[in-house]
Amino acid sequence: MKSNLAVILLLSIFLFSCSSSDSNPEPEPEPILGCTDPNSNNYSSEATEDDGSCAYGTAINLDIPELFGNLLLPPKIPENNPQTIEGIALGRKLFYDPILSGDGTQACADCHFQKDAFTDDSKQFSVGIDGSVGTRNSMPIFNVAWNFDEKFFWDGRAKSVEDQAFGPVVNPVEMKNTWPNAVASLQGTNSYPDLFLEAFGTSTIDSVLVTKAIAQFERTLISGNSRFDRHLLGEDVLTESEINGFAVFMDETKGDCFHCHGSNSNPLWTDNAFHNNGLDASFTDNGLGDITGDPLDIGKFKSPSLRNLAYSAPYMHDGRFNTLDEVIDHYSEGLVFSDTIDPLMKYISDGGVQLSEEDKADLKAFLLSLSEPGFTTNPDFQNPN
Amino acid sequence: MIKKIALLFALTFVFISCNTDDDTTPTVIMGCTDDGSINYNSAATNDDGSCVFPKLTFSFSHNWDGTNVAASDFGDLNYTNAHGEILSILKLRYLISKIILHKSNGDTIEFEGYQLVDLTDESTLTFASDLDVPIGDYSGISFIYGFNEADNIDDEYQDLNSVNWNWPEMLGGGYHFMQFEGNYLDGTGNPQPYAYHNGTARVSAGVFEQNFIEVELPAITITNNAIVEIKMNLAEWFKNPNTWDLNTLNVALMGNYDAQIMMNENGQNVFSLGEITQ
Repeated sequence: MKSNLAVILLLSIFLFSCSSSDSNPEPEPEPILGCTDPNSNNYSSEATEDDGSCAYGTAINLDIPELFGNLLLPPKIPENNPQTIEGIALGRKLFYDPILSGDGTQACADCHFQKDAFTDDSKQFSVGIDGSVGTRNSMPIFNVAWNFDEKFFWDGRAKSVEDQAFGPVVNPVEMKNTWPNAVASLQGTNSYPDLFLEAFGTSTIDSVLVTKAIAQFERTLISGNSRFDRHLLGEDVLTESEINGFAVFMDETKGDCFHCHGSNSNPLWTDNAFHNNGLDASFTDNGLGDITGDPLDIGKFKSPSLRNLAYSAPYMHDGRFNTLDEVIDHYSEGLVFSDTIDPLMKYISDGGVQLSEEDKADLKAFLLSLSEPGFTTNPDFQNPN
Repeated sequence: MIKKIALLFALTFVFISCNTDDDTTPTVIMGCTDDGSINYNSAATNDDGSCVFPKLTFSFSHNWDGTNVAASDFGDLNYTNAHGEILSILKLRYLISKIILHKSNGDTIEFEGYQLVDLTDESTLTFASDLDVPIGDYSGISFIYGFNEADNIDDEYQDLNSVNWNWPEMLGGGYHFMQFEGNYLDGTGNPQPYAYHNGTARVSAGVFEQNFIEVELPAITITNNAIVEIKMNLAEWFKNPNTWDLNTLNVALMGNYDAQIMMNENGQNVFSLGEITQ
């Protein structure tokens, strides 16, 4: 048996040797990966197989504020959606164009006004094309490229800026459209096919490209030049009240705001994480809990940035507070216990930490020093249509 | 003529053979000549640059007096501290830096970087290094819990700033060493929060005291690529030498000098060496 095996093995080797040297043709050449589209920026004439790397348009970097560059990780920009002048311009046009909505009446910008730091006027809830009213307050839009965990919306259900942009177009209480319909509308215009060609190398529009363009525009909505930023850079002077307000913010025994809302060391002024901040004893809106299915996440919502509060009222995920005074009062004496309340919400049996009236006023003054008037008037962000 | 040439060839062959047999020219055997490598070849005479050395991965595990604790246990009121309070865990993040392997002759291998361990993020529970660690006996492992004074620099680390890990300047600045949070049941059985945050200790306005811990673990022998487990017994934070009363020391502890020093004292015993898998 053993010798038989040996013979077979020997024969096999012999046969293999023969076939490889004699009868087989040359092996297929390895494909050369690269961009095979001659219209792209990085066309490779040698490439035999497209690897999806084709780039179009004119590359442009984000304008990163000095403090962000010094203190934070680089912004998140997906490899498959680099920033380009053409992509940003297209995204901006789309953001302001009601063509995306079901009846052609509502643009992204109709619930995200620049004057309000891209949230919805003073409305608690936004109203959709058919008059339906949402259940959460429209989120302001800025510094989205620095959301390192890339969880968007109050409940974190979207996984990227692009992913986020898919939602409102088809949300029945918002723009109430279908993507095939929105894409067909765009395809039927005179201008859009050419603009997509310039930005993405194809005049065949699809929802992925629409959201890519909108995301590119949204990533340019950067706010990092408030009075407090300039104070940190030695270019502006704060009032005594603002300085004391910052101390209240940073003092664990007083405001203790920094654990969730950033600091001079984290100029995003948010941890981009999710917390139950003691608003209610029980929940009609489970927030993150409905996305993860984890009972520990019930009643958790994203910490919003504290930049541009001067323009983004009302506050909280459900817009329940119209003024910053109400917000500060909530944390100071209005906390309500529930099972998932964040341990950083303290002295709950007293409703909170009981800030003095002076500390409250100073805290508010400090918070307002994080607002940037120039962000709400920047011509690069205005309606181009 | 042909016969003569053949003879010459034959003689030459004999001579060459003789030379080889006599060992007057040493044999050259290429290979790895470093006995600290995984592929050490004791017969090799010349090193060919092929030596491969063991690499270490440190893994961080957590227990409550021996019972494993993971993020999946968060929220359970499962633990009783030395003082008798029943408590849950909702967050545990801490910083480890300057891991060093020591040889008895005083040589060290220092692993660059630091690790912010977060129980809810599995990728942070291991710290892999591509540093060469020669096979052999090591007299100990040391590391810093937190940052030492030289490393604990305000705003220095972008990744830590980006996850809000900073320690307020008014408390000495730099970074948190640990955030350990959850609920405990008070005297009436109601859940109350605790936030056991540790970092630089503030003595008085503008006066601060270093509060990191230099942890020393026992000797190990490395024979191959290895995973070295570093265990944290969470119960120790509440136990020894200070029996921690959560009814009085629960929140707002960052600026509490006495609490910060007690954390440091209790922290001396929380780490131990676990399994070494190689």
